[in-house]
Amino acid sequence: MNTAASNVPTLGADAEAVRKAISSTARPPKASPLSAALSFGWRGMLKVKHVPEQLLDVTITPVMFVLMFTYLFGGAIAGSTAEYLRYILPGILVMSVLFTTVYSGVALNTDLTKGVIDRFRSLPIWRPAPLVGSLIGDSVRYLLAGTVIIVLGVALGYRSDGGVGGVLAALALVVVFAFGLSWVFTTIGMVMRSPNAVMNAGFMGIFPLTFLSNAFVDPETLPAGLEAFVNANPISILINAARGLMEGTPAAGDIGIVLATALALTLVFAPLTVRLYQRA
Amino acid sequence: MTSESQLAIEATGLVKVFGKTRAVDGVDLAVRSGSVYGVLGPNGAGKTTAIRMLATLLRPDAGSARVLGHDIVKEADAVRSAVTLTGQLASVDEDLTGRENLILVGRLLGLKRAQAKSRATELLEAFGLAEAATKLVKNYSGGMRRRLDIAASIVVTPQLMFLDEPTTGLDPRSRNQVWDIIRMLVAGGTTILLCTQYLEEADQLADGIAVIDHGKVIAEGTPGQLKASVGAGALHVRLLDPAQRPEAERLLTRDLGSAFLEADPAALSVQCADADRGAEAVAELTRSGVKIADFSLGQPSLDEVFLALTGHPAEEDPADQADTIEEEQPA
Repeated sequence: MNTAASNVPTLGADAEAVRKAISSTARPPKASPLSAALSFGWRGMLKVKHVPEQLLDVTITPVMFVLMFTYLFGGAIAGSTAEYLRYILPGILVMSVLFTTVYSGVALNTDLTKGVIDRFRSLPIWRPAPLVGSLIGDSVRYLLAGTVIIVLGVALGYRSDGGVGGVLAALALVVVFAFGLSWVFTTIGMVMRSPNAVMNAGFMGIFPLTFLSNAFVDPETLPAGLEAFVNANPISILINAARGLMEGTPAAGDIGIVLATALALTLVFAPLTVRLYQRA
Repeated sequence: MTSESQLAIEATGLVKVFGKTRAVDGVDLAVRSGSVYGVLGPNGAGKTTAIRMLATLLRPDAGSARVLGHDIVKEADAVRSAVTLTGQLASVDEDLTGRENLILVGRLLGLKRAQAKSRATELLEAFGLAEAATKLVKNYSGGMRRRLDIAASIVVTPQLMFLDEPTTGLDPRSRNQVWDIIRMLVAGGTTILLCTQYLEEADQLADGIAVIDHGKVIAEGTPGQLKASVGAGALHVRLLDPAQRPEAERLLTRDLGSAFLEADPAALSVQCADADRGAEAVAELTRSGVKIADFSLGQPSLDEVFLALTGHPAEEDPADQADTIEEEQPA
């Protein structure tokens, strides 16, 4: 071996192990699309495990809102903190989960800027697997973010007429909507230049939209123009649907609109993200 | 078997344009199966863009290429099934542990869960990463990271490996380890396309070299042919006493041809194609009473190769930065 010229120790005793490791593996049959997507979902879960702060970042704001709004404004707005908690909890549940969706775009952009995406794109796998898999993994995070808010609410005395079933149905509905919405952020994640830019753009959109909804106040108390906007805001419709389920008065119309919106977002933005991903 | 089928890579007239920059401007390559082929060039020469096209990550704007007999555009999936990427290009996931990275790649390549785990263990041990197996990759050193990167590329033994600057930024020990691994892969039958900025690296590993500049192949041949065409290298001598430089200049010019006085008043250098003649000239200086502080007989640097081939030094070109920007922002 012609590195002998330098006195630098090389692989030495490991050489045999390396030789064996290099020669030992034949190519297995290709991974199925589902198996590839689930492997990416597993990757997303591992990140939550290694960097739990990621999850904390997005839940801490809604947690603060629950506490702040309930105790600061509860008495003034709804007459009692318990009454107000009952009004805002579905709204904050929605807010908490939708904030988390921005991170799907941030994570995708991070892969893009770090080059790991090239390894995935050079593998013989179902092309959308990294995207679909990540969003499956992210859906588990949405579920966690939602659960944190519900558990906190219950601890602060939240009780609803919809019972456990109604609350779980609301959580499921919010997660389905979040899955649809997260395709918007993955598209943004593909076109922006840095993870921070994705975060800023994402929150610049999602923050006002969540506030200009019926999450915190009854739209009837608003000026007419604003009231019309708030009522048309898809996030208000989602909150109404979640509220209905949690209160035991599900509104089929609202739920239908929410599911249709999620489907429409997926149909438009999923193919767009996949296309951008393949070209990147 | 025809000569066609013995070519692992066969590219004709590959072109890639980013905005106004012709990053790759009509590249032809023919790489024999089982060989190591070096693509040598400075940053911005278009090496990375060429590799990205061959590895199916980027569509060529013109030209065509077959990798292991498969068209890189029409049969991209068949190409992906047989090749692997390592180096600056395809990285590992920093937020996972080394072991998790290898298991993930194994699963994606179709290994069963248990197979993927045992393969990860085997590779981590072989590459000296067993102790760091459960640490996050962001805490790895450069050498460890590069070894993990190569391990991830051979979870399933590839027929062809694209290696982009595998040793840039590594210390000599890590660099030699990486070279040893590459040699073993070649011995096992893997064809390698190696992109590098270092002539020494290409010389150590490659059977054939193409020199790329401004997106074009400007020279091609074995490392020996290339060095011969460049004039092999230079003998650098530094004297103990600057006052003896005129004498040293006279002797070296007589023995080897016109000597060049360096900025350091005690140093001079002379083109020297032949190590024996260089050693003889140094001995001659000593015999004549010229005291030498140190001397070296070096291969030509990439700069010298470029100077000889193109008449201009291998300057940093904004083209590569331009392609990264273009690639981050898909049109």
